Amino acid sequence: MESRNGNLVELRNVHKVYFRDRIEVPVLQGIDLTIREGEFVALMGPSGSGKSTLLNLIAGIDSPTDGEVRVAGESLGTLKPGKLAAWRARHIGFIFQLYNLIPVLTAYQNVELPLLLTKLSAKERKKRVLKVLGLVGLEARAKHFPRQLSGGEEQRVAIARAIVADPTLLVADEPTGDLDAKNAAEILTLLQRLHAELEKTILMVTHDPHAAERAEKTLHLDKGVLQP
Amino acid sequence: MSVPLAYNLRNLFARKVSTTLTALGIGLVSWVFIFTLALAGGFQSALQKTGSHENAIVVRSGSTAELTSIIPREAAAAIESQPEIARAPDGTPLATHELVVLWNLERKNGTSTNVVVRGVTPKSFALRPRIRLVEGRMFRPGLEEVVVGRLANARIAHLAVGDRIKLAGRAWSVVGVFDAQGTSFDSEIWGDVELFMPVFDRPVYQSVTFRLDDPSHFGAIQKRLESDPRMSVQVKHEDDFYAAQSATLAGLLRGLGLFVTLIMALGAVFGALNTMYAAVGARAKEIGTLLALGFSRGAILTSFLIESVLLATLGGLLGCLLALPVNGITTSTTNFASFSEIAFRFEVTPSMLLSGMIFAAVMGALGGWFPSRNAARRVIVEALRQA
Repeated sequence: MESRNGNLVELRNVHKVYFRDRIEVPVLQGIDLTIREGEFVALMGPSGSGKSTLLNLIAGIDSPTDGEVRVAGESLGTLKPGKLAAWRARHIGFIFQLYNLIPVLTAYQNVELPLLLTKLSAKERKKRVLKVLGLVGLEARAKHFPRQLSGGEEQRVAIARAIVADPTLLVADEPTGDLDAKNAAEILTLLQRLHAELEKTILMVTHDPHAAERAEKTLHLDKGVLQP
Repeated sequence: MSVPLAYNLRNLFARKVSTTLTALGIGLVSWVFIFTLALAGGFQSALQKTGSHENAIVVRSGSTAELTSIIPREAAAAIESQPEIARAPDGTPLATHELVVLWNLERKNGTSTNVVVRGVTPKSFALRPRIRLVEGRMFRPGLEEVVVGRLANARIAHLAVGDRIKLAGRAWSVVGVFDAQGTSFDSEIWGDVELFMPVFDRPVYQSVTFRLDDPSHFGAIQKRLESDPRMSVQVKHEDDFYAAQSATLAGLLRGLGLFVTLIMALGAVFGALNTMYAAVGARAKEIGTLLALGFSRGAILTSFLIESVLLATLGGLLGCLLALPVNGITTSTTNFASFSEIAFRFEVTPSMLLSGMIFAAVMGALGGWFPSRNAARRVIVEALRQA
């Protein structure tokens, strides 16, 4: 990968401040963090501790108030919005708590979305989409719309969408937060497989200790500060 | 690459009610737009078709209509003796001198209107070979008989074959109906010019029309006649003469129609604006997701703009479908140049339908612009947070 020393994610003294009714609300306070290529990291912490904000900064959909965020060899603060969008398409695979599938598109079309941002031919795209749908066990559901799928199936489609373009980093924000225990366990097993078999680097935000146990490493965030 | 078109198309069909209502609004405006063009176009076409480019018409200098023209008998004789005029099979000049009067007659619906009563010669028919008798027979010179145009026959009372119509204090027999192929002659009553002159107490003709032996001779004969000191006349191609008559009213019809259309369009654009703002608002999370996946802001803007244009084009299509049955319907108006009624048919042409579609698409683009820009400018993190 583009990183110099095997570090995929490097955060140096990152601060994030929100303004609510002109009042400064510090969310992240001097975060230093390194995630190495191929790691499966869980990020835990109570509500409002800044987990999702940290994830958004690393995924390049939010920007820090101060400090440097370096991911896949690129300092995100230096990228213009257009370049940053292209960077996300190339490097980040998103898994959301509420799946965020496009309701009017089929499972196949949802999974194909990130590939539309590549130069792959239609034939090549089809091959890839069917392959990842097979990987998440939903090849037979390709033509189904999200409303025709169960929550667990929707999240598996979302995971297929996240990995189809072979991104450098998978970011998952409470991926099991909306699922029952059985489906949650299946999703976590799938993430573990992606990490073990495909050597994916995964950063997962969760408040569920059982989920965090599946990761190699757990980071704890409290009141905007990473706990030692 | 752009957001797939299926995304926009399916979203349109997913919200059936708002799509239908917005498309209806835009469709109605497109319909009025096409209706206006068809009205003005039909009117203009009726007058344009009236003249032939092979014929030249001579009227008094400065006259824009035959009604305000005077051609004395001697002048008419001098005009008809010009060498550039084509010859009939019997060797006589292929030229006619005509008298035009307006007569107030009752329409079949009980209202009254001015009708052109034209005194003609047998050559009048020879010069306009498209005119055909479709019922009855030709009037006989010297007798109180008239033939009437097809549209006059349809709209004016007592103009059926066998009827008698009162003109200038005399009763004239209607002996035939002619079809002038949708030209303004179709709204006229024709009789013998030499009988009309004493009866209507007119000592002069209004125009002389002739066929050129060679179209290239037009310039020569025009120059000679217009500089002839014995008369004060202007010479025009017959088609140009009638087209010029239609220009003012067609322009006015178009202008008024477009004014009404534009006001309605404003409403329709706001309709589209509202619908698209609602769509963008309801799909904030989808927009946030697409942006997060790496779709550019330009791609989002284009996608929603396309959706708005697609929506409007649906409306445009509806407008075209509504406008099609208008084609061929006969209506009438007063020709400002002659103060007479001229009946004509709405003409819906493919180019008008295309204009209607383009007009609808423009309404969609205008109404969609701000909502689409709003979508493209969403802050990703905030958009993702929306339920």
